Amino acid sequence: MANLSVVGQSVYRTDANPKITGRALHVGNIEMPGMLHVAVLRSPYPHARIRRIDKAKAEALGGVAVVLTGAEIAKMPGVDAHFGPAFRDQPILAVEKVCYAGDPVVAVAAVDKRTAEDALQLVEVDYEPLPAVFDVLEAVKPEAPLVHEQHRPAKAFADLAHMKAGRQSNICYHFKLRTGDVDKAFAEADRIFEDTFSSPPAQHMPMEPHVALVYLDEHERLNVWTSSQSPSYVRTELSATFGIPMNRIRVRVPYIGGGYGAKLYAKLEPLVTALALITRKPVRYALTREEEFLTITKHKVVSRIKTAIKNGAITARKCEVFWDTGAYAEIGPRIGHKSGYTSAGPYRIPNVWIDSYCVYTNRVPAGAFRGFGVPQVIWAYDSQTDIIARALGADPVEFRLRPALDEGERFATGTIVRSFGVKEAIRRAAQAIEWSKPAAPQTGTKRRGKGIAAGVKAVLTPSISGAIVILNADGTANVLSSTVEMGQGSETTLGQIVAEELGLTVDRIHIVQPDTDVTPYDTITAGSRSTYHMGNAVRMAAGKIKTELCEIVAAKLEVAPDDLEERGMTIGEIFLAKFGSLGTTLAAEAVCQPTAAHMDPETGQSEKCTEYWFPSATAVEVEVDTETGRLQVLQLISVGDTGTAINPRHCEQQLLGAAVMHLGLTLFEEMVFDEGQLVNGSLLDYQIATIKDMPQAFRPIVVEVAHEGGPFGAKGAGETGALTVAPAIANAIEDAVGVRIRDLPITPEKILRALAETSGAGALEGWKR
Amino acid sequence: MKREITICVNSRNETLAIDDAVTLLEVLRDRLQLWSVRESCGVGACGSCTVLLDGRPVSSCLLLAARCAGQEITTLEGLGDGQSLHPIQQAFVSERALQCAYCTPGFVLSVKALLNEIPNPSDDEIREYLSGNLCRCAGYAEIMRAVRSAQEKSTR
Repeated sequence: MANLSVVGQSVYRTDANPKITGRALHVGNIEMPGMLHVAVLRSPYPHARIRRIDKAKAEALGGVAVVLTGAEIAKMPGVDAHFGPAFRDQPILAVEKVCYAGDPVVAVAAVDKRTAEDALQLVEVDYEPLPAVFDVLEAVKPEAPLVHEQHRPAKAFADLAHMKAGRQSNICYHFKLRTGDVDKAFAEADRIFEDTFSSPPAQHMPMEPHVALVYLDEHERLNVWTSSQSPSYVRTELSATFGIPMNRIRVRVPYIGGGYGAKLYAKLEPLVTALALITRKPVRYALTREEEFLTITKHKVVSRIKTAIKNGAITARKCEVFWDTGAYAEIGPRIGHKSGYTSAGPYRIPNVWIDSYCVYTNRVPAGAFRGFGVPQVIWAYDSQTDIIARALGADPVEFRLRPALDEGERFATGTIVRSFGVKEAIRRAAQAIEWSKPAAPQTGTKRRGKGIAAGVKAVLTPSISGAIVILNADGTANVLSSTVEMGQGSETTLGQIVAEELGLTVDRIHIVQPDTDVTPYDTITAGSRSTYHMGNAVRMAAGKIKTELCEIVAAKLEVAPDDLEERGMTIGEIFLAKFGSLGTTLAAEAVCQPTAAHMDPETGQSEKCTEYWFPSATAVEVEVDTETGRLQVLQLISVGDTGTAINPRHCEQQLLGAAVMHLGLTLFEEMVFDEGQLVNGSLLDYQIATIKDMPQAFRPIVVEVAHEGGPFGAKGAGETGALTVAPAIANAIEDAVGVRIRDLPITPEKILRALAETSGAGALEGWKR
Repeated sequence: MKREITICVNSRNETLAIDDAVTLLEVLRDRLQLWSVRESCGVGACGSCTVLLDGRPVSSCLLLAARCAGQEITTLEGLGDGQSLHPIQQAFVSERALQCAYCTPGFVLSVKALLNEIPNPSDDEIREYLSGNLCRCAGYAEIMRAVRSAQEKSTR
């Protein structure tokens, strides 16, 4: 794009100073007089009826302000004891029964955390255990114990308006896609491939655990400080839950220490609000890391995928995807829908059948996780695509390039794809890893291989971002936006867009942090949507101010606005011309609200299912030690089509950050449960990627296929690098040692066992089970 | 049991009456409002609460404050001259080695200790030394570059 001075430049982070000095405000630093601290008693049972709670001793402990139960919340006048973005199924504190081991049952607010914890020791709860279900494939059976007797839809989001009240099933949402004639294609196929893939529940692990602080101000208005990715939604949810008018709730979010999806929708806020309303004191609840493990997870997914091949091409694909959403639906139905419809891949396949089921189990609730479920479906389809290519003796890169959709073709949903750089991403990944050259020759017990994977995510549609830009007479601007700066660099990106539009430098733009009293509605900070949606909103608002400035100048100089050309005035002169003073401001508001076309509930067909797409490709070179099963990722190339890069270096950083995070998820991360009890719920037992896990050669490639609707052509970058890491590694392992891993994480034990099964080598006998 | 201790925090002597069970992390945050010191895992596994104790990096969430009597503690607030950024901080900014930055104070202090201990570290030595600090935004490539950049500045 021509004549851009700030957009497209890798300017430094505008939030660097408060962050590098440690001065950045976090909710955990906010102290208030008389503030109470919270501890929560959690259920030891995965499914049980609460018979009796005895809390008298706890209440008598000095320093304890309140000991609260779910039954008491249910009796608060005008209060809905349950909340949730898709279904109102999650109790603020368990009412009548608990649905997972870790479910909050009793909350104490006390003068300090230790007193609150001591009080919990004095609470006695009598439970009657109920039959429980832990496995997603067991939970869908008609005879399975029911996690919830009925499903009550929430009404908070337009894209979830089609949730239906249900009962007598653990399936809370079923998405269907039907196109072409799958049965006929399978009947006529030369070959049919059938595989099952799984990926486990995992932790987001934001370094800052969830924290929320709630108090009533001098107007008795509810004030909420929270480490949330969705301040607007928190206000809506608290209003609906407690029956408080929206303008009597103020939600503020300072810098947050990572989110990755964990901090979306409501989490601690309803409970802390209840405690603040009862005690009429400021109340802060900061989760411990152990509680973080029991709050939200990445979805465990089991995918069955069956593919027909005729004359060397994919003619049909049937996908059954089971999302283990745990005890409460959280945002699982949206994931089952939005990610479900991409389950067959970015390929030209004439006959597609998808069933995507969101299923309750008695485990920790699952929600959004960087990639929003798409990494789990790509794990299935692009592992299988590779299996097929190798079985047919085709080159895996060529085998993907041939059916990969071109601009203007139809996705499985019937939607025409645009700004769809998937082929370019595959080509660039292959080129960077030197695909045509074989991996280095083997040495000793070590074998090397290369792998590639591709996939695509669709942005959440519809969704809404509003913004206000205020220009000051000194040529600085304030931007009111509810996008949360959680590390992704949104303040810098939005600042660049406004600076470009107004002809200012980035240092003259201040992004106001989310505050529902002043910053307009935004759906969520998630799903790689902020650069596009909020970027468009701030650009349009700034554009309105620019137009007004031009009109003032034109009137003053008595020329038509289009004829201003080289003539003009300083911003100060313009303000004087309009207002006769410099103490004034010019403000404009704009809303970006992309819409989706109706999606047929029986066929999943829609003229427009999404506003835009994120194509991704990852190429890796691995080394496998056949004696130990140890795997090393030697090279990793992460390629993402981000649209026009507003800040190229920051796009690269997002690709690499997402890739390393998913490297950990691919190789070792897994929340292990035994009969519903989490076994490894601390950072001593659960490992994430460290600096030692970073591949020696590690490169991002930003593909910029401009989107006509994006601000300066931009789309987004937050999740793209996450999408295709796992299948690329599994594909490289097969290239290196000829074994196929279908269950994440890919541990040395699994590799060794697979090697033993294929070779039957005596040396590996001990590993067989 | 309560006792009185004197610790030197960022070159200032602080005399505090503390409970035996209180951690150094709690003293630094709750008593001295040094907000750069952050709790994340509570078990000494993530490095977010790293401070320097007589120049050595320690997890302040695991250390009882009473054990630190008479010792010198440096937090991120004590780095540099209070006017401009320390060269390591500058390197983190110029190499973009921070995103959410919750882990950043711990990383910066670990890098300071690393470069004091090993002025010319190899890549493997950097990786080994920093493997106790976790960054979930996973800016490890940028952090590696920041270490190199800080090292060049200090040897120049």
